[in-house]
Amino acid sequence: MSIDLKTIKHISKLSRISVDEIRAEKLADDLNSIFEFIEKLNELKTDNVEPLTSVAETTLKLRQDEVKSKNIREQIVKNSPQDNEDYFVVPKVIE
Amino acid sequence: MSDITKQSLTELVENIKDKKLSSTEVTKAFIERSEKSKELNAYVTEDFTSALDKANKFDQKPNLDLKLPGVPMAVKDLFCTKDVKTTAGSKILNNFVPTYESTVTDNIWKEGAILLGKLNCDEFAMGSSNETSFFGNVQNPIDKDLVPGGSSGGSASAVAGQLTPITIGTDTGGSIRQPASFTGTVGLKPTYGSCSRYGIVAFASSLDQAGPMAQNVKDCALLQEVISNYDPKDSTSIDFKRNQYSKELTNNIKGKKIGIPKEYRVDGMPKEIEDLWQKGIQYVKDCGAETIDISLPHTSYALPTYYIVAPAEASSNLARYDGVKYGFRAKGENLIDMYEKTRSEGFGAEVQRRIMIGTYVLSSGYYDAYYLKAQKVRKLIKNDFDEAYKKVDAILTPSTPSSAFKIGEKTNDPVSMYLNDIFTVPVNLAGLPGISIPAGHDSKGYPLGLQIIGKAFDEQNILNIAYAMEEKINFKNKITDWWIK
Repeated sequence: MSIDLKTIKHISKLSRISVDEIRAEKLADDLNSIFEFIEKLNELKTDNVEPLTSVAETTLKLRQDEVKSKNIREQIVKNSPQDNEDYFVVPKVIE
Repeated sequence: MSDITKQSLTELVENIKDKKLSSTEVTKAFIERSEKSKELNAYVTEDFTSALDKANKFDQKPNLDLKLPGVPMAVKDLFCTKDVKTTAGSKILNNFVPTYESTVTDNIWKEGAILLGKLNCDEFAMGSSNETSFFGNVQNPIDKDLVPGGSSGGSASAVAGQLTPITIGTDTGGSIRQPASFTGTVGLKPTYGSCSRYGIVAFASSLDQAGPMAQNVKDCALLQEVISNYDPKDSTSIDFKRNQYSKELTNNIKGKKIGIPKEYRVDGMPKEIEDLWQKGIQYVKDCGAETIDISLPHTSYALPTYYIVAPAEASSNLARYDGVKYGFRAKGENLIDMYEKTRSEGFGAEVQRRIMIGTYVLSSGYYDAYYLKAQKVRKLIKNDFDEAYKKVDAILTPSTPSSAFKIGEKTNDPVSMYLNDIFTVPVNLAGLPGISIPAGHDSKGYPLGLQIIGKAFDEQNILNIAYAMEEKINFKNKITDWWIK
């Protein structure tokens, strides 16, 4: 298997990270060597193995559905790069 | 007392409780040494003025019943600390000041400890050498130009260099145990679910655990006792009976059965590591324990599994960094352009690489071939341990396949960097506790560690084994203070 530049462009779009041509080539090289290493897993037959989704073998605890954080509006927007007191501001999306 | 910073946590706590030392004296001593140690680059953020204020307040009305009374401590910059900048070693969080406290650090302050500052780490804890940090390399106090390991490199460097009496790190694939091994210190990765993940910048949620990094096993046990609790704010926190690890610590390990897994004898492993392992086997026998040869047949599949599972979870966790709600924002022509530029400029190369791997293995058409496959192999790896623990109480292995390497030595080859975690990654995949203790030096005089892996929730047992071995090993860290002018 080989990851080509077209695939890198596709993953770059999916992950919302812009990548220029030079970086794309380097990434393709890196990912190919990493996936070559990962391919080792194909040596194993796993048809009848249950996937492990969590090592914590407990069921989730239930709790009352109640509001615990009140009046934290200021805290929520405190770290935003741009806000308008009550709102996060982003570049215009509707013309 | 001129040698305050040479004291262990346990000694400092005793001296403060006996009123032989004040919190202010201790805090000042560590601040002074930290200020002389800038070359190590262990700190990302110093909080010294505030630390002295808190020490002063503590001394005016000391509560000596606490477990960490007035003890200063720096922590890895992956823990959210209220009103103190938390960067995760990344440009994208360079201006982030949390409005809340992580559960683990909250537990520490409640027992009387005082924050000295935030310690450098690999960006989002992704790295094995602390070289991926936006804030630069960290030097290993053992030798100049030597990496301290990673991702908790600043933490390891600060403990070994006596900039802090003890610290906490996080461990997703070895990020506590490998740097502990590289710096001649003790590092414990607790059982998954033992320490709350609330307020820790997330990397791979099914693997991340916080844990103590210390000069000795007793200090490590004391801090573990403080940080581990059931926390409803973390849905994977587990409600089990926790020990008073430091009080129940014993060096009596007579009759314990210790497994020696043959698969950890990997190709190309230096003879020094094999010799160290054999010495370790002799030490546990000298303590009255029995060693049993065991097999963990899927060991060599752990790293490839990890490099699917961890990046997959990371790509999902790091989707939140979009330049909207907090963190760095780049200018863009429109919303999408802003997202893409923010993430391209805000994340470093290794983080981008892992997000890309994760995105790929989760993308349509590849999910079954990679992610599902990895989850199945993860099950086989866990089964190996379950099987072994029918016969043994704990497992003894080397912590790393080599001693610390030079800065820059492995940065161009991601796979050779990843191989550093070959002995630590299986433990995270199976959710087990593991501790690395310093056990000797290689021919260059660099420290080497041994790892003891326990059953789930059996931290007390591996701490006891480590404690008994520590006494036999009698390790002395070779710190020359080369960085202090």
